[in-house]
Amino acid sequence: MNTEYIGIIFMYLATIALAIPLGKYIAKVFKGEKTWMDFMAPLERFIFKFSGIDTHREMNWKQHLKALLTINLLWLFYAFFCLLFQGHLPLNPDANPNQTPDLAFNTALSFLTNTNLQDYSGESGATYFTQHFVFMFLHFVSAATGFAAMLVVFKAMKDKTTEKLGNYWDFFLKSITRVLLPISFVVAIILAFNGTPTSYKGKDTVIGLQGDTVHVSRGPAAAMIAIKQVGTNGGGWFGVNSAHPFENPNYLTNIVENITIILIPIALVFALGFYLNKKKLAWVIFGVMTIGFLIMLFPSVSAEVGGNPNIAHMGISQPGGSMEGKEVRFGPAASAYWGITTTVTSNGSVNAMHDSMMPVSGLAQMFDMMINAFYGGIGVGFLNFYIFIIIAVFISGLMVGRTPEFMGHKIEAREMKIASLIALLHPFIILVGTSLASYVLVHFPNANWGTKPSAWLNNPSFHGFTEMLYQYASSAANNGSGYGGLTANNIFWNVSTGLVIFVGRFLPIIGPIAIAGILASKKTVPESAGTLKTDTATFGVMIFAVIFIIAALSFFPALALGPIAEHFSIK
Amino acid sequence: MKTYLLQSLKISVILIVLLSGIYPLAIAGIGKFAPGNGDGVTVMYKGRVVGYANIGQKFTKDKYFYSRPSAANYQADGGVGSNKGPTNPDYLKDVNARIDTFLKHNPGVTRAQIPAELVTSSGSGLDPDLSPAGAQIQAARIAKIRNISIDKVNAIIAANTEQPLLGLFGPPKVNVLKMNVALDELK
Repeated sequence: MNTEYIGIIFMYLATIALAIPLGKYIAKVFKGEKTWMDFMAPLERFIFKFSGIDTHREMNWKQHLKALLTINLLWLFYAFFCLLFQGHLPLNPDANPNQTPDLAFNTALSFLTNTNLQDYSGESGATYFTQHFVFMFLHFVSAATGFAAMLVVFKAMKDKTTEKLGNYWDFFLKSITRVLLPISFVVAIILAFNGTPTSYKGKDTVIGLQGDTVHVSRGPAAAMIAIKQVGTNGGGWFGVNSAHPFENPNYLTNIVENITIILIPIALVFALGFYLNKKKLAWVIFGVMTIGFLIMLFPSVSAEVGGNPNIAHMGISQPGGSMEGKEVRFGPAASAYWGITTTVTSNGSVNAMHDSMMPVSGLAQMFDMMINAFYGGIGVGFLNFYIFIIIAVFISGLMVGRTPEFMGHKIEAREMKIASLIALLHPFIILVGTSLASYVLVHFPNANWGTKPSAWLNNPSFHGFTEMLYQYASSAANNGSGYGGLTANNIFWNVSTGLVIFVGRFLPIIGPIAIAGILASKKTVPESAGTLKTDTATFGVMIFAVIFIIAALSFFPALALGPIAEHFSIK
Repeated sequence: MKTYLLQSLKISVILIVLLSGIYPLAIAGIGKFAPGNGDGVTVMYKGRVVGYANIGQKFTKDKYFYSRPSAANYQADGGVGSNKGPTNPDYLKDVNARIDTFLKHNPGVTRAQIPAELVTSSGSGLDPDLSPAGAQIQAARIAKIRNISIDKVNAIIAANTEQPLLGLFGPPKVNVLKMNVALDELK
């Protein structure tokens, strides 16, 4: 078997091997049991004392949301104003300019929400100050926000008939000090020793062997790249993200970065099992997610390794597969694997340009983001999956005539309304956004804006439509990868995707917390013969069907106009 | 709400110090001990820096191994991919033109021998590598122009070829800049 396939199989198996103990560790930390990371406790106590926080004061679900939203609002303003004035702030050795208001709006929202859609290029559109003090800071805290939100739901599932669901700040801080920071630290060191720059020196100018003058952007990138992967953020130091040879120098760093992309999302599924002491439920969830993941993975890898038929017609050999937009050191298998892992989680970093991938890969990547619950982003992946569980419980309940109960709580009209709204919101914002953009493109191609709509797309026909659909899917899923050909740094795209990002982040956090909070406060119904078992393979199939029907029915028409049509246009 | 705001403000300030200040400074400190001292690893020729090992460079002269086509023209302060879709007719014309140009400069090579990476642009626009096959089909041209035996060129390719990680993971590759420095050092 060739070394490219062995590479990706190894990456996946290594991820699982690390995710199970990590999940166990995370469950221990948040159950308050002893772990070897307890040496962080004095630092945490100091931070809480400094901030005037008493972690023994437990919150109900509304208080959790208030704390979460307040601090997010604060970060939004902080990020926006830093970006707006970054040219005047310190740590700007390359003398890069301020961001325009619409770009700063988009960028601030994008990093705040763990999306990291980047309408700028790191080399010229950000400073060392904003890279570290805005982006990297938000990398940590946005991941911790999702993490804490998920823990609220975990806690609500664990404790019966209670209003008290732990302390938000405790969840939030410990997910940084006990999980995100230590893992990032290790990853950053591995990157540094493989050639990723760490120093604060600015651009270098060298005269190459052939006599051309080259400016080489550098900067303290390793620290940021580590948390970009660990926190399912994806916003890199350089414009081309992990395709950049400084950001991802060799196959070893590619393995490390790609493992960290899905490590915590998978670990959190196992953490649920250890935390609730319901390991079977965790395996059912993991099974559903993994089957979904593999269904997307195989066609994409096979399409990329198989090469571009249009180039094969020209008579050249593609032993290395389709190489447009890919790096030789990774090859097509690892590029396709990355493409799927980065879209099933809401990571969004890339090691190859998705815009140049085969239509089958584009289809799989967009489908990942449209479902957004196969592993998913840190915390929020589970929250999305939780919504599907609730719907599946309700539907199965109706089908077999049993009361819809989940974890001993009855699911009633109010919870179902919230769950349906959240499930429908995602297709709504993606499809409305795409149709609006298509409408503007067709009816006002020459509108006198900064960028004329007719100049938005880098590719004609079906592929051009896919560029727009992908952008909204990525925004709504808080993914942040993009079809790079789209000219997105202009008012229309900055503002419209900014709004989609915002809605696509906070409502899917508020919904599940509300449902879980309401359920937890209800009386428990003791398990009886009439109770629907949720930790069985049958129920797994049910969840899978619910996910597939919701996603397939809502997105199929749009996908048919984009990647599916493009695929069948290849002779 | 007011208590949350004050708490949010304070915990944010202290986390900014920890996560944006101390953490990257610690990594920068450790990075000092890494190859290239955390500034990036450079390649020397005749006592001067001619580039970074990881950053691809433009090579268009026939006496050097060509690099891959680049949408960024190898400007390493703005790496970018072409973002051309696989069915874009203009793009396919470009690829065809690249094949013709390559054949003109490398007489004796047939279409079927050209590996795809030589006529497609990389994701970063700064790809430093070629596949060994991508280097080998250029050997005859370079040997002829430099008036050296083809074995010497092939020896350089072999010496610079990096096998898959641990012999198991990922594709083999060969660094273009390092090969070209080795070519110039032959004299």
